[in-house]
Amino acid sequence: MDRKTLIWTIVFLLAGAYLVLRSMTGGMARTYMKAVDFEFVNVAADGDEPEWIQAKPQVAADHDPNELANYPDENRQSWTRYESAPLKKYAKAVKEDPNQTTYLLSISRTIGVWLSAMFTLAIFSFLYKDSIFYKIAEAVVVGVSAAYWMVVAFWSTIVPNLIGKLSPAIVQAWAMPGLKEEQNLLYIVPLVLGAMLLWQLAPKGGWISRWPLAFFIGVFCGIRLTGYMHGDFLYQIGNSIIPLVVMVNGSFDFWGSLRAVLLVGGLLVCLVYFFFSFEHKGIVGKTAKVGIWVLMITFGAGFGYTVMGRIALLAIRLEFLFDDWLWLMDPTDKRLGM
Amino acid sequence: MKRLIPLWITAIAGIVLIASYFVPYAQGLGELTSIWFDILAGFAFILGGGNLLKVHLKKVSDKAAGWGYSVILLASFLITLFVGLGKIGVHPSPDYPDNSWSGVYNEVGSPFWWLYEYAFKPLTATMFAMLAFYIASASFRAFRAKNVEAVLLLGTAFIILLGRTFAGVWLTSWLPESLSGLKIENLSVYIMQVFNTAGSRAIIIGIALGIASTSLKVILGVDRSYLGSARSEP
Amino acid sequence: MNVAWAWTILVVVVGASLVVLVTRREQTYRALKDLDRRWIFLLMLLAVAIPILGELTFPEKPTGLAKAVFDEIEKLEPGDKVLMAWDYDPASEGELGPMATAFTYHCCKKGLKMYYMTIFSPVGPQMIEDAIEHVIKADFPHLEYGVDYVNLGYKSGYEGVIKVIVSNIRELYTTDHYGKSVQDIPMMRDVRNIQQMDLIINVSAGYAGLKEWVLFAATPYPDLTLVAGVTGVMAPQQYPYIPEQLRGLLGAIKGAAEYEKLVLDKYGDEDPDPKYLKGKQRMGPQLIAHMLIIVLIIVANFVYFAGKRRERA
Repeated sequence: MDRKTLIWTIVFLLAGAYLVLRSMTGGMARTYMKAVDFEFVNVAADGDEPEWIQAKPQVAADHDPNELANYPDENRQSWTRYESAPLKKYAKAVKEDPNQTTYLLSISRTIGVWLSAMFTLAIFSFLYKDSIFYKIAEAVVVGVSAAYWMVVAFWSTIVPNLIGKLSPAIVQAWAMPGLKEEQNLLYIVPLVLGAMLLWQLAPKGGWISRWPLAFFIGVFCGIRLTGYMHGDFLYQIGNSIIPLVVMVNGSFDFWGSLRAVLLVGGLLVCLVYFFFSFEHKGIVGKTAKVGIWVLMITFGAGFGYTVMGRIALLAIRLEFLFDDWLWLMDPTDKRLGM
Repeated sequence: MKRLIPLWITAIAGIVLIASYFVPYAQGLGELTSIWFDILAGFAFILGGGNLLKVHLKKVSDKAAGWGYSVILLASFLITLFVGLGKIGVHPSPDYPDNSWSGVYNEVGSPFWWLYEYAFKPLTATMFAMLAFYIASASFRAFRAKNVEAVLLLGTAFIILLGRTFAGVWLTSWLPESLSGLKIENLSVYIMQVFNTAGSRAIIIGIALGIASTSLKVILGVDRSYLGSARSEP
Repeated sequence: MNVAWAWTILVVVVGASLVVLVTRREQTYRALKDLDRRWIFLLMLLAVAIPILGELTFPEKPTGLAKAVFDEIEKLEPGDKVLMAWDYDPASEGELGPMATAFTYHCCKKGLKMYYMTIFSPVGPQMIEDAIEHVIKADFPHLEYGVDYVNLGYKSGYEGVIKVIVSNIRELYTTDHYGKSVQDIPMMRDVRNIQQMDLIINVSAGYAGLKEWVLFAATPYPDLTLVAGVTGVMAPQQYPYIPEQLRGLLGAIKGAAEYEKLVLDKYGDEDPDPKYLKGKQRMGPQLIAHMLIIVLIIVANFVYFAGKRRERA
């Protein structure tokens, strides 16, 4: 082991020992939750459509808790949902009643915070050099996000907007009892196009997916053609036709006028620069040069704002590490008074 | 035939959408076509996932370089897909307590939510947080005041960077009220509202013309590149 | 941390660097010329981490565009309908989360009906859940789901979604995010399309987002009023739309901090919950990191011109 590796190994071991010690003594990463009991009672007579009345966490309005208590167990559905809770609420509850079971330490969420921290550090490790940690994190993010998008597309679009239109009865009986749609067989078209699109995954007949692709591109072009011409072309010209001499309360406003002249003039010189049908020589060349200057100011502003954005993104990750994981700070009073 | 039909589909879909913009009677047709488009976009997510699965399964079966990472990718993909599509650990909706599938797929506490909260969220957020480091490195390596253009760019960037924080206010707070226009925070506002607006407007006008001409070429069948090469026809 | 302390540290660091630069010119030049970029990464880490740990904050002075956003919401009457288009994800939460929190708080205080939806990313519903959990349920428990606010969730199709809902929301949004029919949601009963909204508030991180709301909602339907909060990368390109197509704009975390101040000055308690001060909190590291970037550019130019001089010699 060379000297450099030895130093780094010692640093990592010390940091690891510190983290283990702090986590064992309860000083970091712990996540708490509140157990909320749900109970519903079917008050309908035997053979009728079920009519579920909420008994927990609070009794539904217009119902008597004693009356609901009389129903047998087979008329009941109950479960417990675990909501996130701050440490200060857990501590208060334990102080009042050491045997309480409403506020609990969540093992799975505490592991989750540790995992998040490890993932965060694994990605940051790329700043030092590419490593196995970064590659693992990269593989996980690609896998999880692709599946996440698929799941959301399935439950938010495919089920209610496609299957729910073609066969509302199936969707009602299966996953969305609240769906109140009528069958519309026109939706066979997107079903067929969708199936053709997925054909691309098949080893043969790749051309089949060109039909849905053609539809996709046609709609995209149709929407964008009108949208961009209206909002980004015509409207922008309209927005730029403004008085160059600005009068306020009947008197000449120098700064307002200068601003209008610079705005309209700046736009025109930039457009001259973008005009490539003429060679940029003579007066056109000089105007185009000023156009470049205006564009450079625009890019400078863009750079300044981009820096702003990037830093805030780093700040939120460090806040997570310092606050949720290491408990070095408590800006949102989650552990106030601890 | 394999190229002709797609060309017609593109043309009809595009014309329907354009017509729906100008002709009130065609609005219903435009709506329906757009909804089909939205559903197809949902299928595109499924296609994306499917493609990922296919590529990495092949990588694993070929034992290609880095196939171990593909195994991790596939495992995280399949686990997320399974718990999400199966609504594992999701409780029923309070409106329909007897239907175990009626709950929402991302219920707090469910495994799918857990994967979002403790894997997806930190990983994607940190990926983007890395850009703060790279922009610092780029600032050191790329920005040189070589000519007037570069000086303008850097000068503007400095004014914005100072003017959009308290540093700008502090640095020029000594200026009298009559010269308040020269205070850095006000300068940054002028730059944004005058020069940046002019430059950005010129850029979006240019892009709008480009998008309009490209769209028109695609709808009219002049640009067929999206159908792939004609030589690949069987 | 005291502001004066921060400036003292800054002046000392810059001063010490200048002394080193002047007295050991050649060595400094060589060291900087071949500087390993990991040192720059470390500096950036410290520039952001130290102000966070020191909880460094600065006063805020709202500018015109933040006031314009605030005023548009102020103009509304209790019970007016607001479309909350939450088009962002965890990758941009650092910038946009504080805006989303402040928008929700402001709308709750005004007693507006909030219609949440997202077209940007399948992760958008989680952002909506955050606003509902951390603001509405935590601080406005009297507000009732389906009566005061609704979560319509995510739909794929990007601008294709806007194209439909401007004229017919029912065909696409048959249920809310939780699978409940929109016909059973009281506040959805009389909503046929989003032209009925009194205001659209968009929090946007990219495509599909603010540009699409401008082009496909606010432009063809000029009666629709749109205000937005966007990331720093996007902000400069949105200025051409102001004020005709876009009434007000919050750009990056600075915009969030300004708007937060306006909202808290009017509606905040004596000691506001820290979650409503996230924008202000993040402006601390922001300032130090901006200074670092400026210093890095200046130092890099020193190295560049020093190199040029050596080449000529």
